Amino acid sequence: MILVLVDHDRGEIDPLSLRALTAARKLSQEIHAVVIGSDGAGVLNIVGEYGAQILHVASHAAITDYTPMASGRALSELVEKLKPAAVLAAGSPRGNEQLAHLAAFMDIPMAAECSEITLGSPHHVLRARWAGNLIESAHVHSELLIATVLSFSTEPQSINGPAATLAQFQPELEPADTVVKILSRSSGESKGGVTLIDAKVIVSGGRGVGGAEGFANLEELATLLGGTVGCSRVVTSSGWRPHAEQVGQTGTKVAPDLYIAAGISGAMQHIAGMKNSKTIVVINTDPEAPILRYADYAIIGDLHQVIPALTSAIRQAKE
Amino acid sequence: MDVLVCLKRVPLAGGTLILTPDLRDIETKHLGFGISPHEENAVEAGVQLVEQMGGTLTLLTLGPSDAEEQLRSQLAIGATRAVLIETDGQEWDPQGTAAALVDAIKAEETKFDLIIFGAESADSAGYQIHIRMAHALNLPIVTNVKSMKVENNIVSCDRVVAYGREHYEAPLPAIVTVRDGLNIPRYPSVPGRMAARKKTVDVRKAEARVPKLEKVTLALAPSKDKGAEILGKGPDAVPALVEVLKQIGAF
Ligand SMILES: Cc1cc2nc3c(=O)[nH]c(=O)nc-3n(C[C@H](O)[C@H](O)[C@H](O)COP(=O)(O)OP(=O)(O)OC[C@H]3O[C@@H](n4cnc5c(N)ncnc54)[C@H](O)[C@@H]3O)c2cc1C
Ligand SMILES: Nc1ncnc2c1ncn2[C@@H]1O[C@H](COP(=O)(O)O)[C@@H](O)[C@H]1O
Repeated sequence: MILVLVDHDRGEIDPLSLRALTAARKLSQEIHAVVIGSDGAGVLNIVGEYGAQILHVASHAAITDYTPMASGRALSELVEKLKPAAVLAAGSPRGNEQLAHLAAFMDIPMAAECSEITLGSPHHVLRARWAGNLIESAHVHSELLIATVLSFSTEPQSINGPAATLAQFQPELEPADTVVKILSRSSGESKGGVTLIDAKVIVSGGRGVGGAEGFANLEELATLLGGTVGCSRVVTSSGWRPHAEQVGQTGTKVAPDLYIAAGISGAMQHIAGMKNSKTIVVINTDPEAPILRYADYAIIGDLHQVIPALTSAIRQAKE
Repeated sequence: MDVLVCLKRVPLAGGTLILTPDLRDIETKHLGFGISPHEENAVEAGVQLVEQMGGTLTLLTLGPSDAEEQLRSQLAIGATRAVLIETDGQEWDPQGTAAALVDAIKAEETKFDLIIFGAESADSAGYQIHIRMAHALNLPIVTNVKSMKVENNIVSCDRVVAYGREHYEAPLPAIVTVRDGLNIPRYPSVPGRMAARKKTVDVRKAEARVPKLEKVTLALAPSKDKGAEILGKGPDAVPALVEVLKQIGAF
């Protein structure tokens, strides 16, 4: 049996968890899902659709919202009781965090961000390193496998299964388990309504833009196309743009319809954040820039000339 | 306030990766070394806290003797001293690393008020060393922090999520793991570099354990060259691009 941690935020399921359920079905027909917090019980139907037969709901008066260490404790008690062959979760910040707590409680290994899992003795996994640029083949030496599923390695597939059967349980928590939890939330500040994640068009600038002022031209083009501005890490660490606009491994991962990369060389950590864009256009003075390998179209030239010319040409064409 | 930052020496790979013939590591002959951006933010946060509140900032790493280079360059931005747990150069698994770092912290005379980590390491990205250490040291831990402040013996932190921010607090002593964007790490000054040469780096040896998460081999992720269509040079190529943008319905 495979136990899958299904993550939710105040009852709303994290869609990445459906990928974890799909990945679990490759390992066993017998799938149990678990949600932490009584407000997660509403996922009964959807986890059933994705192949879980039983949904365990860990309820406790002290778990009123996301409480990662308590999740780890609850999972460890459930594992003790059910003896699954593996515990899986989505390779998301929360999935990785809660399973790391489980692994720490049990003092056994955990393999994060796996694209392939084979149960055995030892277990074998393929896992992402270097923002997915390297794939590690690893053995996991423990009876129980604890692993998170690399987000985009598995497409979620429903089997239209019936609603899962509800199984309530109350974990026995220690006071230390509930010290760290979400105390409050605030909504993000979005400028002009378009955020990096939702934008259909991103005009992104790198070191080649040369300074904070240079971004005015990129802003103008982005606004004209109904999009927003992104940037590379050199730009944020130079203080030219806020970190919220950084695209890449340690910034935001985006997949707009159109990504225009101006003055960006294409370091793998930047590519990791934008390679899934539908159309990629590059403006770069260097015909050898690595980013060209990922681009659909390119103009070789100085962005300070090309971008203003592009903006006025689009304006004309729109009239 | 006594702060500890844990960091890891990693190759500074930017463009294409090349593997060693045994496929177990990245070929680093032509690469420089550094630490993850997250950990640069961790050190900057530590320096700022000690500037504001007084106290000490200690750096801790487990790695080859060459990792002294990374410790010295971070000492140059204002840390007080550093500890290097020296290995034979092989990367250790997360459980072994966490256990050795916990031993090192327990052996320190200083009782640290705050221990800061990167959210994940740049190379292996195991997402767990800090959480294992929080359990072993009986400390509360807040992860993935994008802004934080310390007041009245409480560290209060924000985590950025899709819809905005989540707020967390933990009483000190505590562990916090931070993300790129927390602050803008400063560059070392020339006097800073000079001072760093005289600062103490305590080196201790450690025995490797049998790894439970055992790296067997590495492979490059397949990446296909899209074979970009070059539309031309300079502003002369703009009309061709406008056509493309029209075709894909960008405006
Ligand atoms: C663990 C880790 C995580 C990282 N995370 C990220 C991340 O999330 N996002 C990120 O972006 N980086 C990240 N980086 C940094 C990354 O490795 C690169 O350093 C960075 O992406 C380079 O930024 P750049 O392309 O703007 O600058 P450069 O590499 O310096 O490239 C500048 C480019 O501009 C071109 N150019 C110069 N002048 C002009 C001009 N006038 N017109 C047109 N083109 C011009 C040049 O030909 C060159 O190609 C990370 C690094 C590490 C180690
Ligand atoms: N060898 C090491 N020495 C000291 N700290 C480390 C080491 N490896 C990882 N860390 C710390 O633990 C964090 C998480 O690492 P990881 O669990 O590998 O993702 C890193 O960002 C570092 O702050």
